[in-house]
Amino acid sequence: MSYSPRRAEVRFGCGLSPAVVPAGDAAAFLARLKQPDEAARRFPVETFDEFRVRIAEQREMMAEAKATGTRNKAAKDARRARRDARLDEQRWMAQALLRRATTRDGFRERLTAFWADHFTVVGKGGLLRFGELPYVEQSIRPHVAGRFGDMLKAVATAPMMLRYLDQERSTGPNSAFAARHPGAGVNENLAREMLELHTLGVDGGYSQTDVSELALLLAGLSVDAEEGFTFRARVTEPGAQRVLGVSYGSDGPGSLEEVHAALDDLARHPATAAHLARKLAVHFVGDEPDAGLVAAMASAYRDSDGALMPVYAAMLAHPAAWSGAGNVKAPVDYMGSALRALSVGALPVRQADKLAVLLSQPLELMGQPWMYPEGPDGWPERDEDWITPQGLAGRLQWALNVPQVLVEVLPDPRGFLSVALPDPAPEALRFAAGAAETRAEGIALILASPAFQRM
Amino acid sequence: METTRRQFLTRSLAAGCSLAASPLVAPVAIASAPWENRLVVVILRGGMDGLGVVQPWGDPDFATLRAGSGMRERGQPGGPVELGDYYAMHSALAPLLPLWQAGELGFVNAVSTPYRNRRSHFDGQDLLEAGLADFGPGIRDGWLNRMLQAVPGIEAETAYTIGASGMLLTKGEAPVAEWSPQAVLAMSPQARRLMEEVMHDDPLFRDVLAEALTLSDSGGYAAMMQSGGMDGSPDDMLGGMAAVRQSAQLARDNAGAEHVARFAADRLRGDARIAAFSINGWDTHARQDAALRGPLEQLAQMILTLRDGLGPVWAKTGVIAMTEFGRTARINGTGGTDHGTGGTMVLAGGALRGGVVHGDWPGLTEAALYQGRDLMPTSDVRAQAAAVMQGLFGLPRDVLERTVFPGLDMGGAGRLVL
Repeated sequence: MSYSPRRAEVRFGCGLSPAVVPAGDAAAFLARLKQPDEAARRFPVETFDEFRVRIAEQREMMAEAKATGTRNKAAKDARRARRDARLDEQRWMAQALLRRATTRDGFRERLTAFWADHFTVVGKGGLLRFGELPYVEQSIRPHVAGRFGDMLKAVATAPMMLRYLDQERSTGPNSAFAARHPGAGVNENLAREMLELHTLGVDGGYSQTDVSELALLLAGLSVDAEEGFTFRARVTEPGAQRVLGVSYGSDGPGSLEEVHAALDDLARHPATAAHLARKLAVHFVGDEPDAGLVAAMASAYRDSDGALMPVYAAMLAHPAAWSGAGNVKAPVDYMGSALRALSVGALPVRQADKLAVLLSQPLELMGQPWMYPEGPDGWPERDEDWITPQGLAGRLQWALNVPQVLVEVLPDPRGFLSVALPDPAPEALRFAAGAAETRAEGIALILASPAFQRM
Repeated sequence: METTRRQFLTRSLAAGCSLAASPLVAPVAIASAPWENRLVVVILRGGMDGLGVVQPWGDPDFATLRAGSGMRERGQPGGPVELGDYYAMHSALAPLLPLWQAGELGFVNAVSTPYRNRRSHFDGQDLLEAGLADFGPGIRDGWLNRMLQAVPGIEAETAYTIGASGMLLTKGEAPVAEWSPQAVLAMSPQARRLMEEVMHDDPLFRDVLAEALTLSDSGGYAAMMQSGGMDGSPDDMLGGMAAVRQSAQLARDNAGAEHVARFAADRLRGDARIAAFSINGWDTHARQDAALRGPLEQLAQMILTLRDGLGPVWAKTGVIAMTEFGRTARINGTGGTDHGTGGTMVLAGGALRGGVVHGDWPGLTEAALYQGRDLMPTSDVRAQAAAVMQGLFGLPRDVLERTVFPGLDMGGAGRLVL
């Protein structure tokens, strides 16, 4: 098996659209990643640096209120800021789905979602609760066609990540700061997840000592009063730290350069190549990917010193990437591809209550509350994790009810078959699409069919 | 190499034996359960801090180790709730004090799985739910499912997994129904028939659809949906929006620990004998005392809802709540705790021996701590779970030690069942 334009859009992109012609070959498919980010321009989302201005403003207001004794007004302002951020989060979710529904470069959307999941964050407290997509826009999206090491460094200095994994107050126990603040100490959460999830993988051959040493090395990565990244030399652990057999730093306080050097080495590690190759293959191709496919991708990663485009090219070039029944779409992929097949080009982005009922609540019921996975390991990949009785019920209920609200006139189900599916429809589905009592049910049957739900 | 849960599950699927296969393909028969007692297993995901939940104030090292956690002292307003001279429980569990006094709430201290040193949530949870000593032979199924496999006469309605995602704990060959009270599935008879046709050739979709339809029918939600939903005017935009709103409202109403517990109680009052679900949010790396409040309130609410919902059946019920590992004994640099080893198991229900903190207390001196950082485990949490199942269901010890928890020695288990 080899590259097929329609299958490529389904398996590696956001699905088929009646308005977008699939790329004719793998080179053309990949070349889109090197072109300007048209989808982001059409459907903008704030970067984290734009988003965090709100937090700084809120802190200023609080300080002023304290000084002038106008706490009631401050509380009201804080509530308004929170409401605005919550509405914007809903709006950005709709923008992200519209990118999927309309883009010519579906692979970029899928890759952004994949790497955002690889580097999962959940906003902790206050307005940060709504900062996930701005984090992705700033720290993930610009790097999806670049080098993994650059993405790792961007993420390791992203305030959302530093807060999510409790890095921002981690302190070297022998640092200048700790000498004057008893009780200050190291927190190894980010260091552990960086080895276990972000780079080498749980079987990657590191030890508890490597975790502890990396945690000491990372002390200093922190967040300033305006929720921006800062490196605090005062809290770094003096002396060198030894991670996976390599020493970083010297006698004095630590530096960001030392941290970067260690992150580059982690990105370059052969176990990282194997871990990322397998994870990409599991995500895009199937729950139990072909060993040759994974090996080819890992080898491309090592040969290119962690550049990602050659890894993607190796995946698309491998015959095993085109075989198999395909993964079941995760809920966001499912919803995005349904909107795309239905040619939905606009959503009620200013009506948060409608967005909640049409998009975010259904996603939750399907098992994927927007940007809110249970832990730093992100969303599950197995088909069985998504196709549970209640998850499937959520999909069917959405397919039955929502398309008719979003589309003025639903298409004829019989014609929709060849729009939405990469291959000729199975006989039973063709029969069902014609036998449904209403258009809405016919469309729902197609969107509910395994042929559409698999990639 | 370790066989992870994912590898196992995908392998079995590739071999054509879907895990979701068959239990509910036929409409549910009324299960003739082979016993009267009920078991509820709750997995506390994230690593519950036993020391912050059942606080050993009688231990001379406790207060020092926990300085900076934000915890109040005994006797202060908003402080922990006394459980005798030695222990006090976190104030968020105060609503459970009457149960403690009635002997319907207890704890087992210093328990752990055999998992050591790597302290990963995900591996820790896999091992806890698999019930194995290590990853050596590979994970095939969960211990609760193996317990069901060992008992003849299990039917689909005997055991329930409840919640948004499936649990390894109940995966395996014995039939276990999975459902969330949030799910709603309503469609016209014609659509339903066609839906079954469309899914027929994909075993995963076919079997899960059958299960969903059966559960939805039994929940009584479908009728509510259809009264004002899409059946009225399917192609009408307002009709569609009304149906969407209605299903969303229903899902919201049915979310949360309270509803999960109510759903479980409804089932357990009937033919179901076992229910399992999770409570998340225990990964308290910062602001220890405050961070524990939310999940503990959920836990308390869950237990109270089960008690109220079960009525007279509460007397025949054992609830055990267990976590993948405890946390560091010392408070970390951010007022919280990091991943540790020894932890605490929570017991509730009229069938269990409450009003007691079970387990050998290892002490908190530097030398007594595991690797100088974590509470030293003094018993295997699997042995405690085995003891509960032995007491509730009369399962023979050799089945528990060989099949349910292969290689386990139940010698260290407490007397947990009345």
